[in-house]
Amino acid sequence: MASVFAYAPAPESRAIVDIAPSYGLFIDGEFVEAADGKVFKTVSPSTEEVLSEIAQAGSEDVDRAVKAARRAFEKWSALPGSERAKYLFRIARIIQERSRELAVLETLDNGKPIKETRDADLPLVAAHFFYYAGWADKLDHAGFGANPRPLGVAGQVIPWNFPLLMLAWKIAPALATGNTVVLKPAETTPLSALFFADICRQAGLPKGVVNILPGYGDTGAALVAHPDVNKVAFTGSTAVGKEIARTVAGTRKKVTLELGGKGANIVFDDAPIDQAVEGIVNGIFFNQGQVCCAGSRLLVQESIQDELLDSLKRRLSTLRLGDPLDKNTDIGAINSEEQLTRITSLVEQGEAEGAERWSPACELPESGYWFAPTLFTNVTQAHRIARDEIFGPVLSVLTFRTPDEAVAKANNTPYGLSAGIWTEKGSRILAVANKLRAGVVWSNTFNKFDPTSPFGGYKESGFGREGGRHGLEAYLDV
Amino acid sequence: MPSSALTAAHPLKDVTASDSALRRFLHGLPGVDAVGLEGRAASLGTRSIKTTAKAYAIDLAISMVDLTTLEGADTPGKVRALGAKAVKPDPTDRTTPSTAAVCVYPDMVAVAKEAVAGSGVKVASVATAFPAGRAPLTVKLADVREAVAAGADEIDMVIDRGAFLAGRYLKVYDEITAVKEACGTSARLKVIFETGELSTYDNIRRASWLGMLAGADFIKTSTGKVAVNATPANTLLMLEAVRDFRAQTGIQVGVKPAGGIRTSKDAVKFLVLVNETAGEDWLDNHWFRFGASSLLNDLLMQRQKLATGRYSGPDYVTVD
Repeated sequence: MASVFAYAPAPESRAIVDIAPSYGLFIDGEFVEAADGKVFKTVSPSTEEVLSEIAQAGSEDVDRAVKAARRAFEKWSALPGSERAKYLFRIARIIQERSRELAVLETLDNGKPIKETRDADLPLVAAHFFYYAGWADKLDHAGFGANPRPLGVAGQVIPWNFPLLMLAWKIAPALATGNTVVLKPAETTPLSALFFADICRQAGLPKGVVNILPGYGDTGAALVAHPDVNKVAFTGSTAVGKEIARTVAGTRKKVTLELGGKGANIVFDDAPIDQAVEGIVNGIFFNQGQVCCAGSRLLVQESIQDELLDSLKRRLSTLRLGDPLDKNTDIGAINSEEQLTRITSLVEQGEAEGAERWSPACELPESGYWFAPTLFTNVTQAHRIARDEIFGPVLSVLTFRTPDEAVAKANNTPYGLSAGIWTEKGSRILAVANKLRAGVVWSNTFNKFDPTSPFGGYKESGFGREGGRHGLEAYLDV
Repeated sequence: MPSSALTAAHPLKDVTASDSALRRFLHGLPGVDAVGLEGRAASLGTRSIKTTAKAYAIDLAISMVDLTTLEGADTPGKVRALGAKAVKPDPTDRTTPSTAAVCVYPDMVAVAKEAVAGSGVKVASVATAFPAGRAPLTVKLADVREAVAAGADEIDMVIDRGAFLAGRYLKVYDEITAVKEACGTSARLKVIFETGELSTYDNIRRASWLGMLAGADFIKTSTGKVAVNATPANTLLMLEAVRDFRAQTGIQVGVKPAGGIRTSKDAVKFLVLVNETAGEDWLDNHWFRFGASSLLNDLLMQRQKLATGRYSGPDYVTVD
């Protein structure tokens, strides 16, 4: 970073958020202890400070929550859509009003920069509730026939990378369509979901419509397996997704899975180079690369490889890593020690396999979990770093010579969640996008989200769509 | 025949050999995606510059101001007052840096020169039939020679936008090289593109390279006399151009956004663009300028606020 114009710290105040020393489970409109009294701690990844002690839901709690949701379902599903919309609009507005508080909270619990929670996560969270609130009284016109029925109780398990946004993606369409919800947030990031429980109370949402059960994988497994859950929605790793698919196979539960990815970001020689560099940075270093649709494989046309890599390296040298609460921080902390270990091990394998590793000069804070933005060149399709999802700030650079080769390499992955195309030639965008097996294809941009746009994967990236009109289908009996 | 600014050994010498070669080169530059460019400029605009960094930025910005008066009604008295302010922008605080230059019409150069004598403040003059640029080349060159003879340290020339938009790039190139020659060795040349009239970002990138190939010491967004002047996006684009030009040729060129930058907050955002795009090599008034007259007073008021902890008000800074 430039030494002449060193930006003084500009930390967002954490006084705006009041974190209690302990939180219970949110069942039937009340915060309650876990039946077996178990608790776990949630820490701030950037400092390792313990933020709060959280009740850990066991199978008995899962049963209580599902029963509460079942009771609430009768009344909630019978409400006219316009009434459910009122609650959702109210929730959306409260989220907007409390957005600064929630942004700080999310940054503390997750480790991502305040810039991202403030400018990306929270506006999208509110937008999802607004969007699905708008659908609640128009389901007859959504293209699923007249008067489509809700499924019942939705068991939802969400990851730690976008805690509140994933909650919004799951809860907003579920409630709009008349379902009730039992949601398990990730064990490393339960706080914003518990604050959301408080927002539900503030909005006067009927008891039992939303239930929040913090816990580990076994809590999620118990929820997925519960016989009275009608719909399972999961976002997370492919390994866990496969386990869930096995659990629900043969039952009448509907299921949607949104799993891992190894997105290809294809840069053609006529691309707008400066904007492509920004898109590459945004594609892989947004949220420290802990994004399932990250553009973690850069496919660059051989003729511009040197020019593009020079630009990219220069750009990476301006990234600011550090205190996530500082408004000028671009790269925050890795979410957990466990995740950091996984990233470190995959990167070491990349080096061992002969790929060339590069990082900008970058000082890492002493406490907390940190990983410098990393670039691998001389990567081939045969390298593990080109195949496995790393889920960290690590970009693998591969090259291609022709559009066909780019498409072949982009599709040569077990995953299929996202892809990017960079070219100034409009016909090439259309031609290549049609051949890519990926749920989202961005052209001349990356990692842009909107509630009106469906999102989901091909192959091992899962099935089902969230967002948009398509997102309603997963919660309706159609 | 004007001599080219590029020496025979220059790596880009051949691209100006003919109109078609120049066109091929300019149209072969990487395209600009407008959404992405504006998005990047906006995201750099959210940098939060506080305390010591802010104090540094304000002083730096003051030292980069080209204090300008370009009115038909300009008088020697007005220009002398401007010169005095450029040398000592805040009479109540002698630690305030001088501005980079005063910028006047050619007939006022001698007056301005006298007003800033011995201070290090440069005198810039808008020659070449500013702001329309619609005059024969002989008139433009005469304009420049008069200004240089009167002692101008810097010449701000406008390009022929009509020729540029008609695709007659070599004509624009030849005019710039001719003006550069008229500047001689004593005056630095700032080339104004009037980016608002060039209309597309692709055109702005091409104009930037055209100006640099022709020997511009500075590339400048606009005259300040049209509806769209300096914006964060067009300045970011020009910063990318000077950065890439230096990487290819080793020649460093300055950047000057002009018009529409009125507040300290805006100025700081531009400095962030410089810092994170072209880099710290451009963070001084030899390589970056603000063409803005009302900006200076806001910078001074912010400076007083940092020094005293209180806002003063418009009566605590001089009107000119």
